[in-house]
This record gives sequence, C-alpha cells and structure tokens, in this order.
Amino acid sequence: MANTADRVSTRGRRRSGASSLAWSILSFLVVAAITFLGLITVTFFIGRVIPIDPVLAIVGDRAPASVVAAARKQYGFDLPLWDQYLLYLTKALKGDFGNSVLSTYPVMDDIRRVLPATLELATVGTIIGLLLGIPLGVLAAVKRDSLIDQIVRVIGLVGYSVPIFWLGLMGLLVFYARLGWVEGPGRIGVAYEYSFTPITGLFLVDAILQGDWDVFRDVFRHIILPGALLGYFSMAYISRMTRSFMLNELSQEYIVAARAKGLSETRVIWGHALRNAAVPLVTVIALSYATLLEGSVLTETVFAWPGIGSYLYNSLQNADMNAVLGGTIVIGALFIALNLLSDLLYRVLDPRTRT
Amino acid sequence: MMMRIQTRSRVLLAGTLLSALLAAAPVALADTPPDTLVQAWAIDDMISLDPAEAFELSTGEITGNTYDMLVRLDANDTTKVIGGIADSWTVSDDGLTYTFKLKPDIKFASGNPITAEDVAWSFERAVKLNKSPAFIIQQFGLTSDNVAEKAKAADAGTFVFMVDKAYAPTFVLNCLTATVGAVVDSKLVKEHVAAVTPSDEYKFDNDFGNGWLKTNYAGSGPFKTREWKANEAVVIERNDNYYGEKAKLARVVYRHVKESATQRLMLEKGDVDVARNLQPGDFDAVSKNADLAVTAAPKSTVYYFSLNQKNEKLAKPEVREAFKYLVDYDALQDTLLKGIGEIHQNFLPKGILGARDDNPYKLDVAKAKELLAKAGLPDGFSVTMDVRSQQPVAGVAESIQATAAQAGIKIEIIPGDFKTILTKYRARQHDMAILQWGVDYWDPNSNAETFATNPNNADDSMNKTLAWRNAWDVPADLQQETKDALTERDADKRSSMYADIQQKVRDTGPFIFLWQETEIAGLRKNVQGFKLGPTFDTNFVAPVSK
Repeated sequence: MANTADRVSTRGRRRSGASSLAWSILSFLVVAAITFLGLITVTFFIGRVIPIDPVLAIVGDRAPASVVAAARKQYGFDLPLWDQYLLYLTKALKGDFGNSVLSTYPVMDDIRRVLPATLELATVGTIIGLLLGIPLGVLAAVKRDSLIDQIVRVIGLVGYSVPIFWLGLMGLLVFYARLGWVEGPGRIGVAYEYSFTPITGLFLVDAILQGDWDVFRDVFRHIILPGALLGYFSMAYISRMTRSFMLNELSQEYIVAARAKGLSETRVIWGHALRNAAVPLVTVIALSYATLLEGSVLTETVFAWPGIGSYLYNSLQNADMNAVLGGTIVIGALFIALNLLSDLLYRVLDPRTRT
Repeated sequence: MMMRIQTRSRVLLAGTLLSALLAAAPVALADTPPDTLVQAWAIDDMISLDPAEAFELSTGEITGNTYDMLVRLDANDTTKVIGGIADSWTVSDDGLTYTFKLKPDIKFASGNPITAEDVAWSFERAVKLNKSPAFIIQQFGLTSDNVAEKAKAADAGTFVFMVDKAYAPTFVLNCLTATVGAVVDSKLVKEHVAAVTPSDEYKFDNDFGNGWLKTNYAGSGPFKTREWKANEAVVIERNDNYYGEKAKLARVVYRHVKESATQRLMLEKGDVDVARNLQPGDFDAVSKNADLAVTAAPKSTVYYFSLNQKNEKLAKPEVREAFKYLVDYDALQDTLLKGIGEIHQNFLPKGILGARDDNPYKLDVAKAKELLAKAGLPDGFSVTMDVRSQQPVAGVAESIQATAAQAGIKIEIIPGDFKTILTKYRARQHDMAILQWGVDYWDPNSNAETFATNPNNADDSMNKTLAWRNAWDVPADLQQETKDALTERDADKRSSMYADIQQKVRDTGPFIFLWQETEIAGLRKNVQGFKLGPTFDTNFVAPVSK
C-alpha cells in the first residue's frame, strides 16, 4: 500500500488531524449533552401526563388515605410539575436518579442488575447477525437475482413481517420441547442457579472466568435460542443493507479497474468491494445492536429473560417514572456511545474522513 | 483453492464446536432435582420480603410458608382459626384484652428462642413502619405512640394485645392471621437495623431492620427463604428448627416465568413441576396430558361491574336492578370462565365467615326492559364502560355489551390498562367499570366495609371505599348494620348479619357481582400433596412431595 511512502509527508498534517478529531469529539459531546437533556425532558413530561396516579404504584390501592398522602408528599408528587422537573434534573446532574418506587432500590442499582442479561443476549444476537448477514448480503449482491438473492429477500421479508413473539414460541416448541437441542426459558438451569455466582453478570464470560465448563455449556444452551432469534432479525437487516452497499460498490469504476488488473474475483469482492462497503455497514451494525438492546421486550417475556426490556415495561405499566427515566437515560447513553464508536470506526476505515 | 479449503475447514471446526456445546447436557438436567419443587410463576409483583411491608399476592405465599403468625386459618375450615405460635388464648370479659400463651420451647430458623418479646417487637415495627398492610393492625386503635403499651409481653411466654373497642373476637383473630402479623426474630433483625434521619413523615431514628429484611429472612415457618432475585427467582429451603411437622422437600424454587405458553412448555418438558399462570387454552391442554395433572381452588377475589351514581341514569334504582338481569351468567360460566372462575353474586368470597352462595339473578331481557320502562327509559340509553384489555375481563365486557343492547342500552367499551382504569375509578370519573376486589384480610369486614359503607360521599372524602368510588350514598341503616357486625361477639349471629348485608348490597347496590376467581395450577404427575388454599398465604408447600 501507499501508506509507507506517505508517512513522511503526512507528518505535518497529523497535528491538525488530531485537533480536528478532538474538535469533532467535543462537538459530538455537546450534541450528546443536548440530546440527553431533550431525552430527559420529554420522557419526564410524558411520564407525568399519563393518566396513572404514581402514588398508586407505591402504596397500592388498599392503603388508607393517610399513607397515600404521606407518600405523595415524600415523593414530591404534591409539588407543581415544573418544580418536580427541576428537582429531578438537579438530582440527576449529581448522579442521583432516585429510587425505583416498585423495588425501592436506587434505579441505577436495579439497572446494573438487569442490564447485563440484555447486553449478553444482544451481543450474541448481533454476532450471529453479523456472521450470517454479511456473507449472505455479499453473495446476494454478487449473484444478483439468483436463487441466493431470492432467499435473502425472503429472509428479510420474514424478518420484517413475522412477530418475534410467535417466532420465539415456535422456536421453543421445535428446538426445546420437540427436539430437545436447547434449554428452555431462563438464563441458567435450576441445577446451577444457586451454585454459580456471577462476577460481571454476563454469564458466558463469568463461566469462562471461573473455568466452569458445565455452566458455560448450560448457559450457552439457554442463550442460543433467544440469541439466534434476535440474530435472525439482525441478520435480516444487515444482509439487506450489505446487499445494497455491495451493489453500489460493485458498480464503481475501481472494481472494473481491479478486474482489469487481473485480480481474482474473491479478492475483488471480499478485499476491495466489501472493504469499502464496510464503512457505512459499521453504522448499520451499531444501530442494529442498539435496537436489540432496547427492543427485546417480547423476546425477554417469552424466554423469561430478566433483562432491561421487561424491567422497563413493568416499570412503565406501574408509572414507576424514576425507573423509566433511568432506563431511558442508560439506553440513550448506550445509543450515543455506539454512535460515537461507529463514528470513530468510520475514521479508521475511511481514510477520507481523517483530514 | 488453498484459501477455500481453509475456509471450509474453519466452518467445519466451528460447526463441530457448536454441536459439542449443544450435545447431550448433564443427565441431572433432564428432570428437576428429586428433593426440589420447581414452580413457574409470575412473581414480578414482589417488592419486599419484609412481612411488615409486603402486601402482594406472590409475597403472601412466600411469607405464609416461611413465617408464622400468632394464629392461623384452619386449612380444613377457613371460617375458623387455630393456633400458630400461640398455644391458647383468652379474651377478657370487656372484650378489650386478648392474652396469648405461646407454645413452649419453640425456635426461629436461626435457633433463637421465640418469645413474647419477639411478637411485641414485630407488632411495634409493623405499626411504626406504617407500610401498606399496617392498617390491619392499626384498625384496632394501635398507633406508633401507644403500640408499646397495647401490644406487649407480659412474660417470655405471654403476649397481651389490647384493642380500643369490644370487637367481635372472630374479627380480631381473623386479622391476626394476616401476614403483617408474622413474628420476626427480633434478636437477628436488630443486628441489621440501619440508622435514618427522622422527618415529618417518619419520626423514628432507625428503620427497624426494614432495609435488611426486604431481601433477608428472620422467621420460623416450615421453610426459610434462601434467596430472592427480583424478577428471576425465589428459593426457600426446609427449616429444620421448625416446631411442627417438617417440610417433605428440601427446597422449593419459584422461577419467574410470565408467559402461559412458556410455562406450559416447561411443564410438559419436565423443567418445572408446577405451572401457576396457565391460561384456559393451555390449562385445557395440560388437563388432557397423561403425564400431567391439574388442581384448582376458589380464591378470595370477586369480579364485579359497578354503576357510578353520579350518572343520573345509572342512579335510578330500576336501572341498577335492570343491569343485574342483563348478564348472561350461564353462558359466561360455560365459556369464558370455564375452569378459571365461578359465577358468584355476593361480595363475600366463598370460604369466608358468613359468605352467601346463592345466585338469584339470571339473564332476563324482558324483565330488564320492564324495569327500564318504569325508570322512564323505555328506549334505553348510551353509557361507557372501562374495561381492562385482558381476558377474561374483555370478553365478559363484550358479552354484557351484547346482552345490554337487547334492552336498548348502548355500552361503549373503553379499553385501558389496569392502573389507568383504577386512577379514573378512584377519581369517580367513570360511568361503569368492570373490576375485581380481593380481600385485604380474611374477615368479612374487609369487603363489607368497602362495599357497604361510605361515611362521607363528598368528593374530598378521605375514605375512598368502593361505595364512595361509585358515589353510592349507602342507606344509614345498612352502614349501621355493618358497623354493628364488627362488634357482634357471637360468631353465628355475626355470620347471619353479614348474610343480610350481602343480600341488601346485592339487591339494591350499584354493584353487579359476576364471579369469584378460581386459582389453577398444572402439575407433573409425580407431585403429591400440592393443594391451593383460599388465600395465597395458605398455599402451603410443606406437605408437597414427589
């Protein structure tokens, strides 16, 4: 590559490159902060206008009037909405997101407990989606309108139109109930649940850290079905996008040039076209990962998976607004972090953005 | 070419790894462990294990199995109480003092002896913490200022409880079976008391161990709680220090599984022994499976729909009565409620002292039309009904909509989720609403108070009974009768008073009682002795074996 030859001449540019990077990170952070504030504000006010009395969630329907009034005061629900908002904001800036009224624990403790389960599932799903989606998408683009292209289209169509809930139950019915290839709902078998102490909360990682291969196998057999299910939806998206990016690249002149140079077709497709298609794909993958993080409520319900999706759903149903806000902020932060990451990767992968 | 082979062998390698991981799991996983009962149950309502705080259904079952109360419901006849920690008790002639003699030489799971001091401290913390179930004890005149006097240990084996009025002894004793009266190991809990800053709402400088007891255990029941992981599982283990008959199994695991279809699959597969939230379709399939069995028991929840008396059409007595003839009770029983509920037209659930089980109303459109004509509404009218979008309630509402239409009443169904409807209901902004009510404690007064009393019908009333929520100005004599029943010391007389109150509310009130809920469970064939009780804290698992 020309990199070695360029090294001397780029030295002068590097400083300005670094400061432009710092500048873009800074501007990104400013945008992120504004996004955050907007997110908190909108979520807060939506949460307060829904027609559910939050005190009901705290003390229940049966509590006597004195208990209801005491709780209303204690949680500040008797203050004007605007004061409640300012109060929340000042506390949030100090890192205090309040306690969940349902669990009574600090919201962030709750989220720390439920997030790893979702993170692990979404990661497995994204890995599966990546490993299958990219090759399928490439093949579909290269062999356009062939059988494989049609298959990719059908996969995409099914991925968009079949409810994940139904697919999950069917998966359980076939692979768990009938064939017995995988374990059923839950993260870990009853036999291990109380002998196994998690460290990070990511059970696969924990099992490796502890060198406990029986547990690893059990956890793997639990996660593979919901993971494959999420992976399927991720694959449907990634393969479709890969296909269109690849089609775009394959029609470029440099491909013709590469072919004319006599490079093997494998090299042209996987080495040149995919390398360039990979740049926008990074964003697609990051988005797909973020979607799996926040959008797996139904999967979590069907597979009795104790993750953040079911936690937020339950909180929302009970008007537990501290928990909903905290969860929204964490997921928002993950979204923004993933965006930042994909922007940085963009720079690594696409030399044009470095200057 | 070389590269292709490499790729292929890599795929092969990955495939081999994958199949190795998926291959036969250790044998132990084929079934649940023989000394453990595994139940699939939706336990996401659980917020605390502290008996002074917990008031949720699933926690009720855990507390019922892991703690002990002074007195308990007799499982064979739930209109009576038997001794728990108390061996015997006497009521003073003036009806104000209850003296309990404790069973001798009994211990907590920790090994600490159970004394009257523990009982007194348990009552004190429940009253002072003032959490949701505290009113069950506070209603006897106990406050944070006088609780130390009113609930105290006379000596290590004698506990004295003083009430502010000569209540019916059945009322007092029934309330003491509630889980809020569970006796906690004061020596153990006091090691974990945390300091708090007193405030206007909470005057004490410590939390009485509430923070610790939320997730820990300090009781004396046949089981002890080992672990609770919110929204995941609760594990209880046999308590070898239990004074009564020991639990047959070493361990019971409650796994949080919300979906009925998922529960059914796990039950069929043998990954759980009991499935607790089966919907009618899945329950049906389980009952037909030769490897499985089913069990059912009436629970304390009664479903009804009510007519807000602020709506002047609904306030007419004839209209109230007409609605009672506009429900196709028989059809509901045969279809939507099959297996999960029983038609029940009275506010007291079966199994409680004084409960009636006569169901006089039948679908009778002609009679309803006649009543509507008498009310000056021969052509019917339009009205809204708030309905939870969940079965069987949604289906029942549609059935009522259809039968009411036959008499010219146009019901517009407003679907919503439970908390939203409840908020609206508590603000008296509904026309009609179909809802349920479960007893707060196992005494007829729990429901009588809410259905048959309304001390202040003004909008700013502090006492939001169900009668108030429907703006029903309960006749004074009915309110008085309900009050009198509370102090009627003759149990039989008291029982017949409630029979009378139920009839009056049923025939003249703005409530149309529909059915009593049946709790169901699907079991593996090898599970023995699993019996559901009338309340969740009487769903005892100690006698279960397999």
